[in-house]
Amino acid sequence: MNIVDLVVPTIAQGLLWSILALGVFLTYRVLDIADLTVEGSFPLGAAVAASMLTSGYDPYVSIVVAAFAGMLAGVVTGILTTKLKIPALLAGILTMIALYSVNLRIMGKANLSLLRVDTIFSLASFISDNRSMVALVVGLVAVALVVVANYWFFGTEIGAAIRATGNNPNMIRANGIDTDATVILGLLLSNALVAVSGALIGQDNGFADVGMGTGTIVIGLASVIVGEVLFGTRNFMNWLISVVLGSIAYRVVIAIVLQMGMPPNDLKLFTAVLVAIALVMPLIKKKLKADREVA
Amino acid sequence: MLKVEHVFKTFNPGTITEKKALKDLSLHLAPGDFVTVIGGNGAGKSTMMNSICGTFLVDKGSITIDGVDITHWPEHRRAKFIGRVFQDPMMGTAAGMQIEENLAIAARRNRRPTFAWSAPGSQRERFREMLASLGLGLENRLESKVGLLSGGQRQAVTLLMATMAEPKLLLLDEHTAALDPKTAAKVLEITNNIVTERKLTTIMITHNMRDALALGNRLVMLHDGHIIIDVAGEEKKNLTVPDLLKMFEKAAGREMTSDRLLLS
Repeated sequence: MNIVDLVVPTIAQGLLWSILALGVFLTYRVLDIADLTVEGSFPLGAAVAASMLTSGYDPYVSIVVAAFAGMLAGVVTGILTTKLKIPALLAGILTMIALYSVNLRIMGKANLSLLRVDTIFSLASFISDNRSMVALVVGLVAVALVVVANYWFFGTEIGAAIRATGNNPNMIRANGIDTDATVILGLLLSNALVAVSGALIGQDNGFADVGMGTGTIVIGLASVIVGEVLFGTRNFMNWLISVVLGSIAYRVVIAIVLQMGMPPNDLKLFTAVLVAIALVMPLIKKKLKADREVA
Repeated sequence: MLKVEHVFKTFNPGTITEKKALKDLSLHLAPGDFVTVIGGNGAGKSTMMNSICGTFLVDKGSITIDGVDITHWPEHRRAKFIGRVFQDPMMGTAAGMQIEENLAIAARRNRRPTFAWSAPGSQRERFREMLASLGLGLENRLESKVGLLSGGQRQAVTLLMATMAEPKLLLLDEHTAALDPKTAAKVLEITNNIVTERKLTTIMITHNMRDALALGNRLVMLHDGHIIIDVAGEEKKNLTVPDLLKMFEKAAGREMTSDRLLLS
């Protein structure tokens, strides 16, 4: 197999999925919340885009509407956890489960094919004859837009208030900020990104499926953590780019293990183990360091 | 200025852990008052402070600042008027953000955040001067993460933050209690300088009777959820620790038994 035929689709996949990873980064790192809404808002984005495309809407419009749908999902989780005081983890699970039914309603069935309709990728097919190359370029443009927008937003006064909320809610409340509002806003933005990612992945795959959200939170976490470990967190821009590169690195690892003959059915088990290892890394490092100091 | 009127607060009402923390507490502050507050464990000092800044709502009574009734306001809204320094040095600052970012957030405490850049370079000179006034060598560390600072340094930065956007009321909740004696003295000195120079209306809780006597123009002692001693001006100036203990015995009808208060 030609190496380019393997590398280009892998990077393209990494870029399209990195928008989900950035969404997970916003909740998991910036807000310090593990938000499981992701598993519902990812297929929500795909479902909204797919049903719009099959109804003849413009692919670009479908992505914008998918983003709004994701925002709505984020706001629901946000209200559940702030105003109604349901623990964030549980609030996310509730929204995720509710979205399963919502997604079925949106699509009218469990799976919508996009093979015969225009997608954002077919519109961009003038770029190259190679489908994967088109996906790579579209992904690159989308990711660049998202990274720049995030960098700008989290440098503003409102963005700083959201970062401070994740850092120390007591401090930011004492400085006149309603943390309910910042948490809801953070969840809104996060799920908008996740839904956009879902809309893009759906169009790239050529279908939207009600079950495509399963395990997405773990994929997002894997990208965030792998990116941080490999590419650093020196400043916010560096951090955002690390998450994107982490998503690509994750896809590279998956491609390699699949090439080495791992059955695709074991992929989720592999990812879970990978994330578990990455999560205990700081603990192991600390222990090793402590042992060394004693010795 | 500040009027706390007949405030009641009971935690876990109707349960086995029920605690009547405030019982008919009233306190009036004149503009520029610097009140030190002492009292044993469970006397209601922190509950009083937290009711004023809105950590929870009171059961009964009212709280007004400059004629504005804030009794039912949420915490973040009261922050427009109130600057606060917590006992825990970790509470008042965002550890993962730069000193500059923390100061910038505090500088706009009394207005809504916008889409303007959070920490524009134009504020830097002002921040640097303020940090220099602390005398802790922080003026060249604007871009350091606050998490890298010591407890005393963080508390001093929090003090700056609390007083930056001209608070109507400054609340200090045992803000030197978690520091070593030398650092505590330094932070207390900075506190006294800021409060007296700018004539800020201030309430300072302390467990140290000597500090309570040395600082401020008025001293209040809490016992069992209300104020039992309230002295000001000349009378406070001439007061000593033994006097205070005698006054407590008379007012409370028993001997002072709080070790923490006595030993310090």
